[in-house]
Amino acid sequence: MRFQQIDQFAAELKADTRAAVYDGSKKGHEKRTKLLFDEYADPDRLRRIAGEVKQHVVENLDTYLPQVEAKLKANGVIVHWAATAEAANQAVLGIMRARGATKMVKAKTMVSEETELAHFLEKHGMEALETDLGEFIVQIDGDHPSHIVKPIIHKNRREIATSFEENGLGAYNDDPQTITRRARHFLRHKYLEADVGLTGANFVSAESGRLVLVTNEGNSRFCLAATKCHIAMVGIEKIVPRDYDLALFLNLLARSGTAQELTVYTEYISGPKSPTQPDGPEEMHVIFVDNGRTEVLASDCRDILRCIRCGACLNVCPVYRQASGHAYRSVYPGPVGAVLSPLMMGDKFPQKADLPKASSLCGACHEVCPVNIPIPDLLLRLRNRAKEENVPSPGTPPMGAWALLASQPTAWRASLFGGKIINYLPTKLLPIPALRAWEAKRSLPAWRGGEFRKWLKTRKGRANVSPPAPSRAEAKKAD
Amino acid sequence: MPDYTTELAVMRQMMGSRDALVVFAERLALVNGIALTDPAALVARLRENKWLHGYCDPTLWPALAPFFGADFKVETTYDRKRVDDYAFGITRAVGAIAETGTIVLNDATTSRRLGALTPWVHIAVVERARIFSDLPEAVAGLGPDTNVIWVTGPSKTADVEGILIEGVHGPGVQIALVV
Repeated sequence: MRFQQIDQFAAELKADTRAAVYDGSKKGHEKRTKLLFDEYADPDRLRRIAGEVKQHVVENLDTYLPQVEAKLKANGVIVHWAATAEAANQAVLGIMRARGATKMVKAKTMVSEETELAHFLEKHGMEALETDLGEFIVQIDGDHPSHIVKPIIHKNRREIATSFEENGLGAYNDDPQTITRRARHFLRHKYLEADVGLTGANFVSAESGRLVLVTNEGNSRFCLAATKCHIAMVGIEKIVPRDYDLALFLNLLARSGTAQELTVYTEYISGPKSPTQPDGPEEMHVIFVDNGRTEVLASDCRDILRCIRCGACLNVCPVYRQASGHAYRSVYPGPVGAVLSPLMMGDKFPQKADLPKASSLCGACHEVCPVNIPIPDLLLRLRNRAKEENVPSPGTPPMGAWALLASQPTAWRASLFGGKIINYLPTKLLPIPALRAWEAKRSLPAWRGGEFRKWLKTRKGRANVSPPAPSRAEAKKAD
Repeated sequence: MPDYTTELAVMRQMMGSRDALVVFAERLALVNGIALTDPAALVARLRENKWLHGYCDPTLWPALAPFFGADFKVETTYDRKRVDDYAFGITRAVGAIAETGTIVLNDATTSRRLGALTPWVHIAVVERARIFSDLPEAVAGLGPDTNVIWVTGPSKTADVEGILIEGVHGPGVQIALVV
């Protein structure tokens, strides 16, 4: 039998990788929960409010984006707009060429993963070096990150030591401290030689035009201390309305992402360096990237644009823990990826329509989301879309006969009555070995078909029961 | 747009009526940073670890020089070509945040971005009166500087098997000298 792609990948995953991903994500989740509940009386309130703030931004992007642009320009920043990944990459290349630059050091940014910026620049003769330790390892391995926050959650130290050896970074040594020191030594000279530093932004305040960047390793700070030109690639949904909102979001992001109270480095950048400061960029560019986001905005899944890329939904997800990030075949894995990735495919939605189906809809992702995104609802909407677009679904049990019965009341009633025959079948003589084995250890319950209908008839006139909860469709209308 | 107060984003039972410096030192220790108030204690610690060559903000050096012995080599200009020579860097911080054990640097106050970043040990000189209680207060006090950075403990990573390693690209030791 054929399975859908994500299931097939999960089934073939190496045991080592599965264990690494499972342990890493479980630890992250447990620490996060402890921290939030120890430190706040009602942590749920924080994420509900943060969700409302971000939803407000998503629904008013048309007013916030021009506001941010004006603010940034007033701060001396050159602003670019890129509708597609290609346009974003071209903008970066254009800036580098105009400066005669050939070397870039890169901090971790998910949007540059979307556009595959490093590959693009290398193809055009530029050096584009990842400086986040995990991303650096991914780059020298020719691999892809498998987690939003922990890019090499799927690798163990032996694999890393081997690739360091192969890349001329010292003889085999799998001590994590040695690995880190070697990367430190190698990369610090690269920063100092580089012409351009590229970062993303975790938040952009519409009020002040401040870009907020959070990191732990100090690599983005090094990029912005050593180079003379700063390029920030920013998804258009990264805006928060005011500086006032930043404390709330920073508290939630660090706790949700890495179970820290605050990341080591939190940078507020609103323009090129001050004139009195000897180090840092004299020129600053911000490239706002759409790359499918307006299409998401136009869909009934726009809530996903609230996402602040913390990775908490990955860590808690039973499917992610078993399947690992690469199973999602996307920049964004896990529950957020199962929503965002198919949406960002545009017309090629069917290629990733299996992702929303690889979920038990347990709701854990919604519970941990720092911006309260109702991910299970969005997954259902995408499943519905796949059905409407007739996307084939390998691995789904044949439901045709059931659908025929269930859609015709007379046939359904007849089948409920006729099902009683099961009670009289000699199940020990079942012709299918698997069923016979099952029956040998268990007894089949007696057929109860039609009982519910009987009960429903007799309860007519009883008005003192509470009304059923509204269906999803009704709830949506009420919104 | 929801209306809320930033008290929401303040950790409970953190400050109370306690002194900001006490809380700051306690919180900084929790992220493996060190808060000192005595320059002599700082110099002793540097000597003990054989961190004898460093960079110091030229405006701080006159006040600090008397504490340092002849065994130290301290430069008041930073040369980026000799990035590995500096074991420590001493620069001013514009403030600190008690709740999280954070030091606040900006372009106007910090003499060199690189001087505060590349040495193994960073010593930030913070004025006691400039310690904010919590994040909302510190955000409100960001000021007009185009580059403000909050530093909370030594640079670190857990990318390799989730094991915490300090001193990745930035300092492996973060000291706040509160004056």
